[in-house]
Amino acid sequence: MTMTRRDFLKISGAVGAGLAVSSLGIDMGPVKAYADELKKIDKMKTAKQSTTICPYCAVGCGLICSTDTKAKRIINIEGDPDHPINEGALCAKGAALFQTTADNTNRSTKVLYRAPNSDKWQEKSWDWALTEIAKRVKATRDANFIEKNAKGQVVNRLEAIAHVGSAALDNEECWPLVAMMRALGLVYIEHQARI
Amino acid sequence: MTNHWIDIKNSDVILVMGSNAASNHPISMKWVQKAKDHGAKLISVDPRFTQTSAKADIYAPLRSGTDIAFLGGMIKYILDNNKYFADYVVNYTNAAFIVGDKFDFSDGLFAGYNAEKRAYDKALWAYKKDDKGIVAKDPSLKDPKSVFQLLKKHYDRYTPEKVSEITGTPVPDLMKVYEAYATTGVKDKAGTILYAMGWTQHTIGVQNIRAMSIIQLLCGNMGIAGGGVNALRGESNVQGSTDQALLFHILPGYLKAPVATQQTLEEYIAQSTPKSADPRSVNWWSNYPKYTVSLLKSFWGDKATKENGFGYAWLPKLDPGQNCSWLNLFDAMYDGKVKGFFSWGQNPACSGANANKTRKAMAKLDWLVNVNIFDNETGSFWKGPGMDPKKIKTEVFMLPAAASIEKEGSISNSGRWAQWRYKAVDAPGKAEPDGDIMYELMVKIKGLYKAGGKFPDPIMNLKWDYADEKGHFDAHRVAKAINGSFTQDVKIGDKQYKKGDQVPAFPLLQADGSTSCGNWIYCQSYNADGNNMARRKKDDPTGLGLFPGWSWAWPVNRRILYNRASVDLTGQPWNPARPVVKWADGKWVGDIPDGPAPPMADEKAGKYPFIMTAEGFGRLFGPGLNDGPFPEHYEPLECPVPKNLLSGQFVNPTIKIFKGEMDKHFTCDPRFPFVGTTYRVTEHWQTGIMTRWQSWLIEAQPQMFVEISHELAKLRGIKDGDKVKVSSARGELDCVAMVTTRFRPFQLGKLTVHEVGMPWCFGWITPKDGGESSNLLTPNVGDPNTMIPESKAFMVNVTKA
Repeated sequence: MTMTRRDFLKISGAVGAGLAVSSLGIDMGPVKAYADELKKIDKMKTAKQSTTICPYCAVGCGLICSTDTKAKRIINIEGDPDHPINEGALCAKGAALFQTTADNTNRSTKVLYRAPNSDKWQEKSWDWALTEIAKRVKATRDANFIEKNAKGQVVNRLEAIAHVGSAALDNEECWPLVAMMRALGLVYIEHQARI
Repeated sequence: MTNHWIDIKNSDVILVMGSNAASNHPISMKWVQKAKDHGAKLISVDPRFTQTSAKADIYAPLRSGTDIAFLGGMIKYILDNNKYFADYVVNYTNAAFIVGDKFDFSDGLFAGYNAEKRAYDKALWAYKKDDKGIVAKDPSLKDPKSVFQLLKKHYDRYTPEKVSEITGTPVPDLMKVYEAYATTGVKDKAGTILYAMGWTQHTIGVQNIRAMSIIQLLCGNMGIAGGGVNALRGESNVQGSTDQALLFHILPGYLKAPVATQQTLEEYIAQSTPKSADPRSVNWWSNYPKYTVSLLKSFWGDKATKENGFGYAWLPKLDPGQNCSWLNLFDAMYDGKVKGFFSWGQNPACSGANANKTRKAMAKLDWLVNVNIFDNETGSFWKGPGMDPKKIKTEVFMLPAAASIEKEGSISNSGRWAQWRYKAVDAPGKAEPDGDIMYELMVKIKGLYKAGGKFPDPIMNLKWDYADEKGHFDAHRVAKAINGSFTQDVKIGDKQYKKGDQVPAFPLLQADGSTSCGNWIYCQSYNADGNNMARRKKDDPTGLGLFPGWSWAWPVNRRILYNRASVDLTGQPWNPARPVVKWADGKWVGDIPDGPAPPMADEKAGKYPFIMTAEGFGRLFGPGLNDGPFPEHYEPLECPVPKNLLSGQFVNPTIKIFKGEMDKHFTCDPRFPFVGTTYRVTEHWQTGIMTRWQSWLIEAQPQMFVEISHELAKLRGIKDGDKVKVSSARGELDCVAMVTTRFRPFQLGKLTVHEVGMPWCFGWITPKDGGESSNLLTPNVGDPNTMIPESKAFMVNVTKA
């Protein structure tokens, strides 16, 4: 169900004021349904917890994800009280981490392609996209590879392809990217650390 | 950071300068508060009265770009008033070193300046050495050519009055800051500096940090609990991504990217490995060959052999002096020299200085691959404002990526703690972890090169066995490869290692190809003990907050760098109340010692504490940087004053100035009379590419604004909440005016200078009418050492829209 934070605050404010909520003309149907859902989750034996580290600044705060493994959905993210740096506290961004999950319908979930001079995206498959990208990498590299520089020294580099990114990737992703880009001969390799 | 986040609680004086930690690293204030609870003082120096300033005991305003004047004044104060920690300075810094006779400084220029090349011949800054190659020293610090006396002479000009006229900081405020910070120049007081982009995003950025490093060395704050030089980095894994070397000039573990004049591995190693004639200097980088060969083995596995220089020829070589950093990258792209572009988890359309140039540059590409978790101004650049899709031929591939909770791996925080995190769920829809995307892509590229193509060897020979039995990218395999393993059976000392064993730690790496290691500084992160990055032990034996069993810090789980400077020559802590390491019963206890060598009082085996410099000493005089061995104040490229009050050199004489049609800059121009700066807010992160898509965060921080003083508002007839236009030589944007007392005009002698500030977290893609990126205004000019753009000080105009 969808309940906005605003709705929730409105309702909890009314309850806090000790008023009979229904007498305010507030439809309690959605709230009751939401509360029932929460109760179901509490009793769910398919819930699991996992720890994570915040993806934003470099303090490295710890968080705990609660996942409904049956529905395959994250149902809650909050601070990890055992983490020695944040001790469960989070800033606004970390506290909102739930909105980076699938719950946020703005998430990019399709492989898209924009053709030359087009004004729109087309949906494609992974296999198509990676195949086409690989073809372009090879074509651009083969056409522009620099074996020797003006002095006749062997340089084996490629200046026609550039790469930026990313400080948001895991170490185990950054390292293979470096290996891959260096193996292709790239020298224009940069990312957030530079700016 | 040389230290780490929790260590802040051990400080007595915390200087936050070039940072607004309360807004941008909010949880750090938990540890600032703990320090304040035991009497520590917080100092905030900032052009604006920030959220950090609101918590500070002392606030001092300063005009953006004048930090070296401010800090130079502090150096002068410390020296003039003998506030430095003498024993530390004499024994652990290069204060006593004698500099060669060719060194000089006059009217803003150091010896060896070539005006045509806009570069120095640094050979003229070399130390004086005896015939054995050992640096001449004067421990009395009286020799006029000693570093100490040269330092004193250099900052003699930085009087409080002169500094005040440059920075706009009232003299009493300067003195308050200087006096408070100088109290840490004694053995039982610790001072720390927390800085961020407010220091690095300048044409004198590196020298800003150098100035503070000098202060920290003078005060004996390096290597101690509550001390250090602490960069508050901006992204969750920018420390890791820097360590893994996603930068043109380095290879993993801060090895140097090779140059064309180094045609063989031997030449590369010989030129990269520093030498020291002093037997008391550890000169840890002398191990360079081991890390290089081990890295090459990790790239090319069995294909890297002694006979083929371990595949050295397969690495791309730069031409000498070739600089492929960000500003040059987009300049080349603008000139049509870059055909294909990966923008992988980054949003350059909003993040880089002079964003209009970046956006126009991307329109010249043949193809662009954008990997991200949300739509953004980069992947969709072709339909952005001012773009006509019909005229743009760039093919764009938008690949959906997994969010942080949808994959497993490690990230390294600013304190060098590599922390493992877990996957909670699969990514939604077609989104995939970045590891899977890059793994598959390279498999396909290798497939294509099987049939032939240009110079296929480095591609075909690249070790790429990072998938599990099901063909999915496996972060554990990569983590183990980064840690490294033995490529054959090896006996070291009396220990026998088998082929395939993980290398326990980097002292065991070899230069003969018998070890493979993706990144020497991460060696030990995932070894026979297991995944040390995943540890969650809460023990804190020293009580200093080191938490040695929580995650794993590089190098070798050392939590405070240079910690052998935290003890006296006999190995006893300067401050017994905060012992980081201590020599007891013939060994070090506490943190992992920074080099296991005994204390310096041991004439035979004792080693100097700053093991990563060739000499072994902390550098007050730093002869390796491009713009001088001592920080010197120069004005930003775009500035509001007609001249530099400290010398005849207006701006940094070694910066590269771009001269293209998109590279406009104007200084002291009446069309752009106000200093502009940029900063962040808690609710958004970087360009806002993730946070602007989240309703909870957008509700709190909905749109672009510019903060202006009441005085400037009056001048321009602007009321709080009015729509205004902010413009610079490079672009303009509309936003809401926030009229505030947080900015006050600067009084620079007789000149009144206004400064305004903007966040850079907005962009056209969302929310509707939320505003554009302030990087449309910032200048593409960078520091001469790092080429980080001067996004913190430039000139703008503000008018009612």
